[in-house]
Amino acid sequence: MAYGLSFDVAHLLAGSLVLVSFLMITQHRLYSLLNAFALQAVLLSASVAWQAYVQHAPHLYVTAFIALVFKAIIVPVGLHRIIQRLGIHREIETVIGSGITMLVGMGLVALSMTVMLKVTPEADPLAREDLAFALSVVLLGLLMMVSRRNAVSQVVGFMSLENGLVLAAAGARGMPLVVEISVAFSVLIAFFVIGVFLFRIRERFDTVDVQALDRFRGERR
Amino acid sequence: MIISASTGVIAILVIPVVAAAILAALPGYRISARLNVLASGLTFLASLSLFFGDQPVRGPYLFVDDLNIAFIVLNTFVGFTTSVFSASYIGHELDSGRLTPVYLRFYHAMYQVMIGGMNLALTANNIGLMWVGIELATLTTVLMVGIYRTHEALEAAWKYFILGSVGIGLALFGTILVYMAALPVVGEGIGGMVWTVLVSRAAQFDPALINVAFIFLLLGYGTKVGLAPLHAWLPDAHAEGPTPISAVLSGLLLNVALYAVLRFKILLAANPGAIAPGPLMVTLGLVSLLFAAFMLYRRRDIKRLFAYSSIEHMGIITFAFGMGGPVANFAGLLHMAMHSLTKSGIFFAVGHIAQIKGTQKIADIRGLTQTHPWLGWSLVIGVVAIAGLPPFGVFMSEFLVVSSTFARQPVLAILLVFGILLALGALFQHLGGLAFGEPTGSIKPSDASYVPMVVHFGLVLIAGIYLPATLVAWFRNVAEILG
Repeated sequence: MAYGLSFDVAHLLAGSLVLVSFLMITQHRLYSLLNAFALQAVLLSASVAWQAYVQHAPHLYVTAFIALVFKAIIVPVGLHRIIQRLGIHREIETVIGSGITMLVGMGLVALSMTVMLKVTPEADPLAREDLAFALSVVLLGLLMMVSRRNAVSQVVGFMSLENGLVLAAAGARGMPLVVEISVAFSVLIAFFVIGVFLFRIRERFDTVDVQALDRFRGERR
Repeated sequence: MIISASTGVIAILVIPVVAAAILAALPGYRISARLNVLASGLTFLASLSLFFGDQPVRGPYLFVDDLNIAFIVLNTFVGFTTSVFSASYIGHELDSGRLTPVYLRFYHAMYQVMIGGMNLALTANNIGLMWVGIELATLTTVLMVGIYRTHEALEAAWKYFILGSVGIGLALFGTILVYMAALPVVGEGIGGMVWTVLVSRAAQFDPALINVAFIFLLLGYGTKVGLAPLHAWLPDAHAEGPTPISAVLSGLLLNVALYAVLRFKILLAANPGAIAPGPLMVTLGLVSLLFAAFMLYRRRDIKRLFAYSSIEHMGIITFAFGMGGPVANFAGLLHMAMHSLTKSGIFFAVGHIAQIKGTQKIADIRGLTQTHPWLGWSLVIGVVAIAGLPPFGVFMSEFLVVSSTFARQPVLAILLVFGILLALGALFQHLGGLAFGEPTGSIKPSDASYVPMVVHFGLVLIAGIYLPATLVAWFRNVAEILG
């Protein structure tokens, strides 16, 4: 109990975000992947709201609200419907096995802890732990993007990466509002872009497997 | 002066936004193509007015200094000439059925949003706002790369989107880390994100934190610069999108991302305890140069060929800025300007050629100087210029980079010369067939507008023969800022 309750709660919430990230990288079914993502968004929202309370920064409640409504409800529901319409709710393939993914993920978390805790000895402990967890979430999101070849799960990986970024931005005390709005806004645009792409891909290929695209890549002979 | 610098700054941001809104609502491509040219031209004129500002603009969100004026003017100029080229190019796409009027309306609106996004990134004094600008420009180019909706275009856009987002995500994390480093020194709130404040206080930042931040920023924005090994999106995006977009990608967006890296390099240089950013940039630059030079040999697609050439030149520019010092920085700036002008000029020529021949395959484009003297000889001139032969401006800037490196790091200079010569060989190997082989394919005359192309190559030629003293003084001043 070195830092008191506020630290413990923040620690708990940010730590659970990383745990859910692990859940996501090993999740093989698209629906359960979306559920895990929604859970992560709820946790993110709680975590940001806690930061708002601790830092007495009311504008962070807005970010928390956006995370809750947009990422935990609208996006998963929307993607659910897309998956239904495309008829791809069967098992998804990963490029590498889940055992290896898990090990690589653990390595990434260890890496981000070592790096972030080493370079921020003077920062306020709350922000410091938040940043270390945030980097873990970002790296796990990246891992998910490279280890999946299904377009929907790549998108989920990208949004999980964005969750990590929001966590980091919320942890940085007094960071101006302009950035938080821009983060939320960029997610919105990103989703729009992705939606357009998914529909186009669906239209042309009848599959959202990115490897189907690979056939056309590179030099045309 | 009637127009002060601050109205100039506002104009270059507002004109594209207003134009985008109008273009999105306008049916009929002829009028919207003209309006696009008009808006880009006005933006260019507004950017010129920045030179005449009495006092520098320095707000918490926007600012103008000698460094970014050079970038803004170059950016808006190429944006303007490309819009002229686009007007003569895009009608043909409509005739050949590759685009529908609705998509064309969307294309013109997106073009202006992209110009606005880049101007925002260049004028931003706030590192968060700069990030927003680059992200905006990236997303619009993603949409435009995929606009043909063919298999290849969608794959290119998807790859660009995924890699671009990862780069942008890493850059945002780096931005947050910079704010964290500034927090104990500058205090909470807006000050911690204002670049001018950050630079003045950077000496007191925690070196370890700012080092890590720079790594993230270099990797993040470096992805957008197209540095190897983060370049995978670049050739596809150039090859599959409309050619005006290839021209602005190579000529502008890569520069804007590099500008962001340079801003943070200055920040890092202001902290005595931080690592030297130079060696990192030199390594990335050299790797990109050598990699791209080897890759140039086995290209079969003409736009892809020049995309790899862009990676090569961004490598040289990053290398020059990484070496640092007045001469190398001067050379880097000059090379950046010359590369933008030459490469977009080449893409103008390539765009018309690909339209006439109906293919982008190098093997199917032969003997251009016989069938289409204007386009063929322009391509020859462009390739001679981009390969770094005299009397063009690229020769001068490459010569400066090499000679300044020889004086300090002879081994690196040898590698640099090796890469440049390798690329020269590859380009000429392809040029032989393209320009002087036995003519193949369609020989119908082109109704292209040659003006943008001629203007670009003319400027590069003039710069190679005679650089005005004021321009030299200006670049020298900027080279000093870069340290």
